[in-house]
Amino acid sequence: MAEYPPEILAAARPEVTASASPARPRRRGGPSPSAVVALRVASVALFFAGWWLVSLLNAHVVKVFNPVLLPDPLVVLEAGVKLAASGELIEHVAASLARVVQGFLVAAALGVLAGMAVGRSRVLEHLVDPALEMLRPIPPLAFLPLMVLWFGIGEASKVAFIAYAAFFPIFTTTVEGIKYVDPLLIRAAASLGAGDRRIFWHVVLPAATPSIITGLRLGFGLSFFVIVAAEFIAADRGLGFLINDARTFFLVSNMLLGAAVIGLIGFLFNVGLRRLEGYLLRWRRDSRGRA
Amino acid sequence: MSTGAPKIVVERVSKTYEPDVLALTEVGLALAENSFTCLLGPSGCGKSTLLNVIAGFVEPTTGRVLVDGREVTGPGADRGVVFQEYALFPWRTAAENVEFGPMIQGLPRAERRGVAERYLALVGLAEHGAKYPAELSGGMKQRVAIARALANHPSVLLMDEPFGALDAQTREVMQEELLRIWQQERKTVVFVTHSISEAVFLADRIVVMGTRPGRIKEVADVALEHPRERSSPGFVALERTLKSLVREEVARLGIA
Repeated sequence: MAEYPPEILAAARPEVTASASPARPRRRGGPSPSAVVALRVASVALFFAGWWLVSLLNAHVVKVFNPVLLPDPLVVLEAGVKLAASGELIEHVAASLARVVQGFLVAAALGVLAGMAVGRSRVLEHLVDPALEMLRPIPPLAFLPLMVLWFGIGEASKVAFIAYAAFFPIFTTTVEGIKYVDPLLIRAAASLGAGDRRIFWHVVLPAATPSIITGLRLGFGLSFFVIVAAEFIAADRGLGFLINDARTFFLVSNMLLGAAVIGLIGFLFNVGLRRLEGYLLRWRRDSRGRA
Repeated sequence: MSTGAPKIVVERVSKTYEPDVLALTEVGLALAENSFTCLLGPSGCGKSTLLNVIAGFVEPTTGRVLVDGREVTGPGADRGVVFQEYALFPWRTAAENVEFGPMIQGLPRAERRGVAERYLALVGLAEHGAKYPAELSGGMKQRVAIARALANHPSVLLMDEPFGALDAQTREVMQEELLRIWQQERKTVVFVTHSISEAVFLADRIVVMGTRPGRIKEVADVALEHPRERSSPGFVALERTLKSLVREEVARLGIA
């Protein structure tokens, strides 16, 4: 369980997902929209200022620990520029991204297809569910060394590992989405002359889409989450490798750089996926409140 | 009123839900083509169950329903259904909802568009076709649902407390609209309601249903001319008669 960050666990519970509607009402007495932007910018600025301050104070005023352990943000940025200029950084990013995307795509295809099948069939559900429930609590990392044995030290083991980790949220949310389609919508479609097949394609699948998209987003997050660990163990490229390799040479700024780049990529992807979600689920927006 | 064979025949229909809950017992009805029938009664009288049996959503424990002489074995495009909760497909715009039936029937896209436009205009929503259900009020949603049912050209329109979730003002407007549409489209309508005034305003036949077990208590033909005036003596007198009939059933439930 230590593997999953709390927000992923929380979002994986259907009731929490359901209440996370895009139209979030403003709390009474909350700050104005412009103040919200200012506060959010301040949050990031304060974080960097705090980091900088601690690092500078420790280096020049009161020495609490070895300054090498916490370089200031500028030093990390410098390391980044240097690595980027040499072309090394982009190589690591590309390696990690390729693994994440491949592993995620495998998980998405298997998770959605299996979820659709299990969501439609009670028999299949009872056949598949207990086995998956048995595997689910085991942190995917526990299988990483095994996967290296099975799939070799190359790309396959990393892709398989990511696919395994990302499969669960995608599969689960797809099953839930298919299973809990409003039966009234199915009745409505049937009374309009639709047979089982048409109902599945034109009612069940679109009705389950919000749930499936949530699963894909969680799955993508997990892919990023586990790639670093996979690259710690067996890799000669990638952001996880960058961090682990820097540790061997005590290059703390490179370690921080690796983490920062992972954060940045994850953030950008999440923004992109949210955009895509907003577009695909534009019908959920209640625009009656719009002027 | 009825010319030839009735449109809908309900033959000794009973429905038992497990465990041993008798929702309907030995219900028999014959409804004429193009008639407007209201099933009236308190909750628990089985009026929605009866409608669901006619719609083909619920299989009767005994007995059967015939529509145009053919036994009902499941839902079908010949019987359009309008639900209290609208049951619009939220990911489809109003127009796309109306197009659903024609799409299933395999009508080309351009023709579907035309059908949707025509029926949205019929329910007074010509300008709202591009909106999603989330952007529509309750009354507008129900108009779309009615247009969606009609666009499929069913000969029977089954309505399950369609205006039950609407406020009183909207409700009266919708009743008038429905009568206008019914006079234009001529369908055999079965309309479930627990509102006596709604039944008297709309129906040419009111089937009062009783409870424990669900059954037909009385059938009243309404001879009042359309448009009906809610304060006319005939209207009020019929309302009063029906009220006492329904009251008896509510008293039997012991919750009044």
